[in-house]
Amino acid sequence: MAIFLNENSKVIVQGMTGSEGMKHTRRMLKAGTEIVGGVNPRKAGTKVDVDGVSLPVFASVQEAIAETGANTSVVFVPPAFSKAAVVEAIDAEIELVIVITEGIPVHDSVTFWNYAESKGNKTRIVGPNCPGIASPGKSNAGITPADITGSGPIGLVSKSGTLTYQLMYELRDIGFSTSVGIGGDPVIGTTHIDCLKAFEEDPETKAIVMIGEIGGDAEERAAEYIKNHVTKPVVGYIAGFTAPEGKTMGHAGAIISGSAGTAESKKEALEAAGVKVGKTPSETARLMREVIENL
Amino acid sequence: MDLYEYQGRALFARHGVPVLDGGVATTTQEAVALAERLGDRVVVKAQVKVGGRGKAGGVKLADTVDEVNTHATNILGMDIKGHTVEKVMLTVTADIDEEYYFSYLLDRANRTFLCIASTAGGMEIEEVAHTAPEKVVKLPIDAGTGVTAEIADGIVTKAGFPEDLRDQLVDVFVKLWDAFVAEDATLVEVNPLVRTPEGKVLALDAKVTLDENADFRHPDNAEFEDKSSVDPLEQRAKDSGLNYVKLDGSVGIIGNGAGLVMSTLDVVSYAGEGHGGVKPANFLDIGGGASAAVMANGLEVVLSDPQVKAVFVNIFGGITACDEVARGILGALQTLADRGEDVTKPLVARIDGNNAEEGRKILADANHPLITVVETMDAAADKAAELANKGA
Repeated sequence: MAIFLNENSKVIVQGMTGSEGMKHTRRMLKAGTEIVGGVNPRKAGTKVDVDGVSLPVFASVQEAIAETGANTSVVFVPPAFSKAAVVEAIDAEIELVIVITEGIPVHDSVTFWNYAESKGNKTRIVGPNCPGIASPGKSNAGITPADITGSGPIGLVSKSGTLTYQLMYELRDIGFSTSVGIGGDPVIGTTHIDCLKAFEEDPETKAIVMIGEIGGDAEERAAEYIKNHVTKPVVGYIAGFTAPEGKTMGHAGAIISGSAGTAESKKEALEAAGVKVGKTPSETARLMREVIENL
Repeated sequence: MDLYEYQGRALFARHGVPVLDGGVATTTQEAVALAERLGDRVVVKAQVKVGGRGKAGGVKLADTVDEVNTHATNILGMDIKGHTVEKVMLTVTADIDEEYYFSYLLDRANRTFLCIASTAGGMEIEEVAHTAPEKVVKLPIDAGTGVTAEIADGIVTKAGFPEDLRDQLVDVFVKLWDAFVAEDATLVEVNPLVRTPEGKVLALDAKVTLDENADFRHPDNAEFEDKSSVDPLEQRAKDSGLNYVKLDGSVGIIGNGAGLVMSTLDVVSYAGEGHGGVKPANFLDIGGGASAAVMANGLEVVLSDPQVKAVFVNIFGGITACDEVARGILGALQTLADRGEDVTKPLVARIDGNNAEEGRKILADANHPLITVVETMDAAADKAAELANKGA
């Protein structure tokens, strides 16, 4: 099983012909991902050779889907063009679009998210500013290093890329069903809650690691969801306990969230929902190890 | 990026939002010249990015140029909650009949934009939001539709603004939305938005936050950047494209990925409790790749902080494997020595991930007098805290 991405995923890369796109297309192929082509209107009709694999370049996502049956797109296009790329993927009604690009203006992210909603959320958006999804042994869509660990019973959802890798590494002998990097931007598509729901429903996943960071109230809302809907054991980690208080400006932020978004408030919310929260990544790994041993 | 009030006011004016005539001054002489041009009773306001300036004596009315002279002299250089006042804004004054609150902002949780409006504006708006939430109206704004005259008209109705101001308010709300979108703002807040006795609507304050990710669309807004109040080390890091924040401690931190670096600050702070209470000296994220060139730039910034007594390099080798990271650290130290930098502070390296064994071996074989390699993040943080405490 695994969630969102599996051995049947057919992946296209938007921005494949750029330097980042090329580099990671090569890595994804090496990881066993079924990549069926790329999208670049200026190079449509050409083929790109990647380590002996010849990949077609299509004019649009729609054409790529029609020609290859692609159901997943990974976006590497630069920030200025990302909104157009995601809107194109939504228009083509692709099942999953993973936006790796860092530095997208938040107005653009809100615009493509609101657009996806207006189209009935037929396309799942992951990111932006995320490492992507890895279902070890099945498929790897994004920039998560594929050789850290193999498949296993742990599901992972995280705002942070390198903390994801760190936890996967510490628990590499146990293995992961799927790791979803949802991204650290203020506005993202797929949330902690979406992943918790999918992991709860995934028979391969036996326990869940959830990694959060200070800011916003996504972790507090995830805690509320866990309390009411998640029966599988969840171990949490929050980064930023000792981060200095950020400058806040105006009253709007306080009015809207009603929560400070501190690591402490997130930890308390998670613990109240029965989640064990590690103080450091290694303690978090130890807690997960105990959970797995007691399954 | 948070703007100063005078910058927000300028931005409002650019988009046709009604503001009072005024300007900004960095010296008493400039303030006096400005007051002479305005030629009326003026208000002198300290420009700081922190609340509570009124209570701190940073906002004064002046009826004469002499009073402007006195107030500007007192306010310029004043310390307000750790912020030194470098500029004052002067505007003419307006009589106020009623104070309203109005803002557009990013609503992270709902992944949309939000309009917050209240007829009970002014200093106590947060209090009002708690005690009488029905007086504060919140309306989601769809990014695709935006705020049309029709939607603005709906806001006037829902928030219960006075009927006779409807046309003016609709105009102001649409213009504020135009400013919010055109400038890639994540917040535009007017508190108070006022009604004068003559029935005119004016924005008497301007709080604006701009999205730095959108800087590429707004070359003109580079002038808003406040280089004078930026820490010189932070400026240097920014010029090298590094994500660096200066903190108060003595353990220099270099890591890859914002989450891992934040986690490193936590682990070092915990470890510091056992070593004289030492704390992290900075946040520095050199990015996922962690190449030798970037490592050299990062080390240079961290080592040039005189408060730093020891450095903790905490890298997870993913895409860039640990052997490359190890060579990067050695290369960076060599680069700095070649540049004539003073490289004498102890460095604790924890590298983990792909090819970790090989990476550690490269560092061990190099036998560099300043480098200590520690295998786990917790133990490495402890070592770095210990060395920083000894060096203090």
